[in-house]
Amino acid sequence: MIAAVKRLSFLPALLPLAGCGGWQSAMDVHGTSAISLKQLIILVVATCSVVWMLVMIALIRALTRSHASRLTPTVVDRGMARRMAIAVIVAVAATVMVITGFTVGSFFSTRALSAAGADDLTIKVSGLQWWWNVQYFGATPDQNFVTANEIHIPVGRTIRFQLEGDDVIHSFWVPSLAGKQDLIPGRPNELSVRAERAGMYRGQCAEFCGLQHAHMAFFVIAESQAEFDKWADAQRRPATQPTDAEAAAGQQIFLSKPCAACHAVRGTKATGTSAPDLTHVGSRKYIGAGLFETTRGSLAAWIADPQTLKPGNNMPLVPLSREELLSVSAYLASLK
Amino acid sequence: MRERVVADLSRLPLHGLRSASVTWWGTLAFMLIEGTGFALVIAIYFYLMSLAAIWPLNAPPPDLLPGTVVTIILVISLIPNYLVSSWAEQQDLRKVRIGMVVMSALGIAPLIPRAFEFAALNVKWDTNAYGSVVWTLLGLHTTHIITDLVDTLVLTALVFTRHGRNPRRFGDVQDNCMYWNFVVAAWLPIYGCIYWIVRL
Amino acid sequence: MTESVIGPDTRDAELERPLVDAALENTWATASGFWSALATVDHKIIGRRYILTAFAFLALGGVLAILMRLQLARPEARLIGPDRYNQIFTMHGANMMFLFAVPVMEAMAVYLVPLMVGTRNIAFPRLNAFSYWIYLAGGLLLWVSFVLDMGPDVGWFAYVPLSGPQYGAGKRADIWAQMITFTELSALAVAVEIVVTVFKQRAPGMTLDRIPLFVWSMLVTAFLVILAMPSIMVASTSLILDRLVGTHFFNPAEGGDVLLWQHLFWFFGHPEVYIIFLPAVGMVSTLIVTFARRPVFGYLALVMALIATGILSFGLWVHHMFVTGLPRLGESFFTASSMAIAIPAGVQIFCWIATLWDGKPVWKTPLLFVIGFIFTFVIGGLSGVMVASVPFDAQVHDTYFVVAHFHYVLIGGSVFPLIGGIYYWFPKITGRMMSEPVGHWVFGLIFIGFNLTFFPMHILGLQGMPRRIYTYQPDMPWHGLNLFVSASAAVLAAGFLLFFIDALRSARAGLPAGANPWDAPTLEWATSSPPPSFNFARIPVVYGAYPLWEQREALSVADGLRVDRRELVVTSLVAAEPEARESSPRNSIWPLWAAITTTVMLIWSIFSPWAVVWGSIPVAIALIGWFWPKRVPEDEA
Ligand code: HEA
Ligand code: HEA
Ligand code: HEC
Ligand code: CUA
Ligand SMILES: [Cu+2]
Repeated sequence: MIAAVKRLSFLPALLPLAGCGGWQSAMDVHGTSAISLKQLIILVVATCSVVWMLVMIALIRALTRSHASRLTPTVVDRGMARRMAIAVIVAVAATVMVITGFTVGSFFSTRALSAAGADDLTIKVSGLQWWWNVQYFGATPDQNFVTANEIHIPVGRTIRFQLEGDDVIHSFWVPSLAGKQDLIPGRPNELSVRAERAGMYRGQCAEFCGLQHAHMAFFVIAESQAEFDKWADAQRRPATQPTDAEAAAGQQIFLSKPCAACHAVRGTKATGTSAPDLTHVGSRKYIGAGLFETTRGSLAAWIADPQTLKPGNNMPLVPLSREELLSVSAYLASLK
Repeated sequence: MRERVVADLSRLPLHGLRSASVTWWGTLAFMLIEGTGFALVIAIYFYLMSLAAIWPLNAPPPDLLPGTVVTIILVISLIPNYLVSSWAEQQDLRKVRIGMVVMSALGIAPLIPRAFEFAALNVKWDTNAYGSVVWTLLGLHTTHIITDLVDTLVLTALVFTRHGRNPRRFGDVQDNCMYWNFVVAAWLPIYGCIYWIVRL
Repeated sequence: MTESVIGPDTRDAELERPLVDAALENTWATASGFWSALATVDHKIIGRRYILTAFAFLALGGVLAILMRLQLARPEARLIGPDRYNQIFTMHGANMMFLFAVPVMEAMAVYLVPLMVGTRNIAFPRLNAFSYWIYLAGGLLLWVSFVLDMGPDVGWFAYVPLSGPQYGAGKRADIWAQMITFTELSALAVAVEIVVTVFKQRAPGMTLDRIPLFVWSMLVTAFLVILAMPSIMVASTSLILDRLVGTHFFNPAEGGDVLLWQHLFWFFGHPEVYIIFLPAVGMVSTLIVTFARRPVFGYLALVMALIATGILSFGLWVHHMFVTGLPRLGESFFTASSMAIAIPAGVQIFCWIATLWDGKPVWKTPLLFVIGFIFTFVIGGLSGVMVASVPFDAQVHDTYFVVAHFHYVLIGGSVFPLIGGIYYWFPKITGRMMSEPVGHWVFGLIFIGFNLTFFPMHILGLQGMPRRIYTYQPDMPWHGLNLFVSASAAVLAAGFLLFFIDALRSARAGLPAGANPWDAPTLEWATSSPPPSFNFARIPVVYGAYPLWEQREALSVADGLRVDRRELVVTSLVAAEPEARESSPRNSIWPLWAAITTTVMLIWSIFSPWAVVWGSIPVAIALIGWFWPKRVPEDEA
């Protein structure tokens, strides 16, 4: 009986669900809301597995039970028909109960979608093809600052994300912390998140948004309040002026080439807003929305040929000589 | 398989009218399809209205005159339309011929004020979403008037040929009348939407 | 020979049986030859064409799936670039939904419904011919543009603004939208034909409670088409207007709204999945009866379940939009309604199991597919119930979990019954049996390959793998399962390949079938295999839901119809009492002309709005040619 064999092989396949992990997984959870979502998921999947098994048992019994041989198919056995009617009604009633349970459970866990409690911090995230613009608000407007593709948050605090799509629809999703929420042009959304444990969590755009939807990741770094404050202070400051000659030359080239038209480096003449803010790009873990870890080498490679590394992205190839490339990457790497 | 003849169908008529006719049901089904389409565009209208802070968006409400003239013509046309349908029922070819000519004229008549209606909307389709949806409503309905008009004209030509003597034509005429009723009925909510909702 | 005996108004009752057949053949047959093939309005010829074309699109869409699986087998594979990949998954989805799944179900209905209700042709046979040509044109439009690297790349639901004027450059999104117009036009046409055929052309005596369940399911499906498809027509038309003439339906800067698109799309899109699923349900009910050798348990409950599913399906669409930020309370309503659909689904599953319980299973390939269907569809249905929960969906929406869900229901829920149905009706359509041993292999490969391919996708989704990504990075823990999935897809493809080979071979060399090889109870088996051009020499009269089981010695029939013109019986809506001897149109080339002119107008309108004005003139001419009466007996009244 093929069905019977499959039934057995199906079970173990379900079990590892509980354990499967990674830094971007709905099963490896460290955020308040993701934790309760995981409980719901396990409960529902377990119940459904039982339902499925019961149906399979009934099916196998129906197929394998010894059948009275009957001459004509149209002769009806009334007793049998009654028993079957009762069985079907009971099964339907059970179905009603299960789905009522699911609906009620789902209704109550809907609250878990947003971490409870007053918000401690508001961060505005805009999705653009194919990177994330992140805006922090300080006590006064001059305390505001902007960064990209990397979001630091304090552990144990409720963070309110204001989500906006600036071109097409994107979706903000850090499975280890919370469920997803779309960023829709013309319809601002919000999502509250609280990390229970320090760590680095990967997020990825979940709504198809064009050519580089696959490479539109970001990181949420949850850290202690002290570390967070230190980081925010550093981010608030304008870029450090280059100290060595190579980086200084790099800055000159950066400012004289088209780079400055799109990118901003606070404290310099570069004030473009259509591309990631590079003021502290050297301090970020990744460039290119999760494409490469930030090193001088990866910066150089990116600038040398962004279109091969991330085909279709909105940064053009700006022709630079070898030396120019080296000094620009040295400059950017120095922007800690 | 062997067969046993249990019924004789030879005395059945060669053609049924109304609910005994397949074309009648087909017309009904197409009306259901198009009615759903109208309902959806009206739903879009209300949806956009519910999102907007002010309605109509940056445009004065449409002028009432041409649209109201169209409405009056359409409503009046229901009377001869009803008559044609009952003449077809009685299979009176002479009256049906006259009626179809009248109905052709009444199909053309609303198109004249309709041409002014678009200007009377006081907004262009590419001005904003409000303009887009009222133009679409009006355009969709105009398409229906035109298609039914073409249908009526062809049928009018047909009843004047030798094919006119065929009882089938009376069924066609009835279906055409039914469709015209639908075109008129569909207009009334659209008229209310375009001209009156904005004035509430 | 026949000419001498057959004058005007010759009745079948006046003739000997062989003469009746010859005379009817003379009246109904489609001559051989190219032009006759183009002009035919025989529902069987058109249905066969439809089925073949749809399966060709399945093979093409399957090849695209294999390409995707090749690309996804390894992280950062460079086999297919993002631009091509986006075209490929869009084509795969659009092709499978609009060119395969919906049309193939309609195709089966076009072939089977007239036979099952005991009539001689579908209602509006010329419209039927037209609908096939339009469907073909839509399919060609999509595939030709794909080959020219102009294929749509916005996903099968083409969300704005990505598909809008600002971000969807070129003509790609327009081609998607216009392909929709073609396929919906053809689907609507077929739906009207089915409704009227079932309402008005049932065999005398086929009251509502004697209609075969497949016919019921197609009737409900046809109503779903009629009520749901206008929504996508409105959506795709407004998208084209936004792109072509600058309207602002979806532009938030000018009072439009991005989510309006999603509402319109899913108001169609959700019923769409039941448009694919319900016919399959009807096939399962048919196959179970024949292979359990019992009348179906709970006929009324099954009909009610079909209708309930149909009605409920219009109240679920928001479950595709749970993470767009709509009000939570409203979303919870859609959770409840989505869960509620488990009730009619459960009723059907339980009634089928009860039928098997009571019956004596005959282990033939169609039954295997029915069992495979129950196994997989219940998994898919349950994962549907899972994603119907708002919080659950917040984690798995737009991930491979959803990809797993919908392949389980689409393939497990619809394609399995379809393949089972093909094994079942193949002898009727071709007169030859498909191979039983090969059928077992086909089932084994497809069933095992399918589960191994798609089950791991649930886990991938929970592990955070989004859908519609052309690649993923090596540091994600997904490559092991992805490689496994891709390898399993090869097994699945082998199963389909074997199925195609078996079908092609059996069509020429299969064992001759005879009229009723399965001892099945419904009317399509009362006539020869393949059926003659006129389906039934004398119209059957039925007294129950299983006429061939109930009237084993001789089939009750009616006579008195003319043989010199195409004549069939029109019966009343509820009681199926004869009302008229209606004529059925002759072959005509005009539907083809109408389709060609419509195609020109629609494709031209991608480029200029004036196409609608000038293009409609030839369309009108073709339609007048179509409807203008010719001097034929069919026009008599
Ligand atoms: C044949 C097609 C088909 C069918 C039949 C279904 C059936 C169902 N689907 Fe599915 N669905 C799709 C095709 C289909 N779906 C597609 C194509 C998509 C994705 C589109 C895209 O995004 O590209 C989708 C997506 C989709 C979503 C959106 C997910 C997301 O994007 O995040 C949801 C959410 O609610 C959903 C729910 C359901 C439900 C509740 C059912 C129910 O009808 C299932 C009911 C059946 C059962 C429940 C099993 C049988 C019942 C029993 C054995 C009784 C016992 C049961 C219980 C106790 C629960 N579907
Ligand atoms: C009925 C519909 C249907 C069917 C049958 C299938 C069949 C398959 N699908 Fe598909 N799929 C969809 C509907 C369907 N799919 C939809 C709607 C989407 C969403 C698209 C979107 O996001 O926009 C999707 C998306 C989708 C994805 C996600 C892509 C992404 O998000 O990036 C994947 C990935 O693995 C996939 C895989 C497969 C596979 C392996 C099969 C296999 O079953 C295929 C089996 C193989 C064959 C059928 C080929 C056999 C034929 C031959 C070997 C050739 C023989 C040739 C001749 C005889 C001439 N599908
Ligand atoms: C036309 C606009 C444009 C110009 C000119 C431009 N860039 Fe960019 N740049 C972008 C965009 C857009 C991105 C984001 C790409 C992505 O991740 O999809 C980007 C990303 C980057 C990044 C990675 C940032 C991160 O955090 O991911 C670096 C570094 C960078 N650019 C450096 C430069 C340098 C150096 C130059 C000049 C030689 C330059 N850019 C010129 C638009 C531009
Ligand atoms: Cu942004 Cu996908
Ligand atoms: Cu749905």
